[in-house]
Amino acid sequence: MTVPITLLGLLEREPSHGYDLKRDYDAFFGRGKPLPFGQVYATLGRLARDGKVAAGEPEPGAGPERKRYVITEQGVTEVAAWLAEPVEPEPHLQTVLFAKVVLALMTDRPAETYLDTQRAAHLQRMREFTELKRTGNTVDALLADHGLFHLEADLRWIDVTAARLDALAKAVRS
Amino acid sequence: MSAGQEDALVQARGIHLSFGQTPALRGADIAVRAGEILAVMGPSGSGKSTLLHCLAGILVPEAGEIHFAGRRLDTLSEGERSTLRRDRFGFVFQFGQLVPELTAEENVALPLLLKGVRRGEAVARAGEWFERLELDGLHKRRSGELSGGQAQRVALGRALVARPEVLFADEPTGSLDSLTGERVMELLSTAAREHGTTVVLVTHEPRVAAYADREVIVRDGKVTSLSHDRVVV
Ligand SMILES: Nc1ncnc2c1ncn2[C@@H]1O[C@H](COP(=O)(O)OP(=O)(O)O)[C@@H](O)[C@H]1O
Ligand SMILES: [Mg+2]
Repeated sequence: MTVPITLLGLLEREPSHGYDLKRDYDAFFGRGKPLPFGQVYATLGRLARDGKVAAGEPEPGAGPERKRYVITEQGVTEVAAWLAEPVEPEPHLQTVLFAKVVLALMTDRPAETYLDTQRAAHLQRMREFTELKRTGNTVDALLADHGLFHLEADLRWIDVTAARLDALAKAVRS
Repeated sequence: MSAGQEDALVQARGIHLSFGQTPALRGADIAVRAGEILAVMGPSGSGKSTLLHCLAGILVPEAGEIHFAGRRLDTLSEGERSTLRRDRFGFVFQFGQLVPELTAEENVALPLLLKGVRRGEAVARAGEWFERLELDGLHKRRSGELSGGQAQRVALGRALVARPEVLFADEPTGSLDSLTGERVMELLSTAAREHGTTVVLVTHEPRVAAYADREVIVRDGKVTSLSHDRVVV
């Protein structure tokens, strides 16, 4: 999750204090990893410098944080463009795991065992997501589903690779 | 590493079974702990269903041993195994396999009727499952008047109504779309955990297996106990 664009998106709803942005960020996007206040204010500072937000006057009886931030026209344009852009599909696991499998085969190590270990780790994670779906709210459930579908796709790849290890071994050892 | 002998409720050791020239099981070992939901995964044709049928006393292996609750199961007579299945096991298969002539309620009541429970009581006990399986108002429908997901939930009620010690489920969501399948798994796992029912769940779908406590993989008629046992311990 990219913090600046997310804060900008949250700001598009209504002018907000840094505190409100942090609270909503943590609730919806933090996933148990709260955003430090320092990062919130540093990010807002950079967004202001770049003309994407404007800081209001400090409100009476408060420190420097008691400022309200407003999104600018340029900020809104940026949010819109970001929302419309598809996310880069990440073949991340495949790349790493593929490298492991190939190296394992090249060096006569037990590639199938590595795949089994990966499969077990994936299924364990899927159990956690399934549990989250059962016990969590709608937001949790949707995020869990996203995770489940991705892990499932990885597992299909693991199965196909496991089934073709002999052929792959021939290819990488020749 | 694998389940200890003491806490295994169902266990197979070195079982072999062939269909003509086709070896389906080739030295399969498995131990199912009391109260756990165990997913049996693996590619199509690897021997999952055959293994389930052996564990449940439907098929008898040519070699090896099956134990249930500390007793040898594979040496029992067909009649004894049939009684054991009726009294202590429940079954769900991919296609509900409801009796088409009976209403949904009668289908659920069937195991009780076969056990000799009076009709009125059997139907009343069956009726209790309709609410919890989200089948309200469908008591009088016949299988042809139920959707796939509804029929599968009726089958689940039938499998659980007599409070079996072990539920054998073979691809119970295999004929359902994924959302409907998940609902069935949700209901199945919740009911099983509530009653302490041991579940042997055959599935090739990871999302279904994710409702289990752990998984094993069947490949070429042998069982691989998955490595997360190794990783965790
Ligand atoms: N009744 C049967 N007659 C002949 N062959 C069978 C029969 N049942 C299963 N087999 C064969 O035994 C092997 C294992 O089948 P099965 O246990 O149904 O696998 P799975 O459930 O994992 O798909 C397969 O090769 C299958 O074709
Ligand atoms: Mg099968």
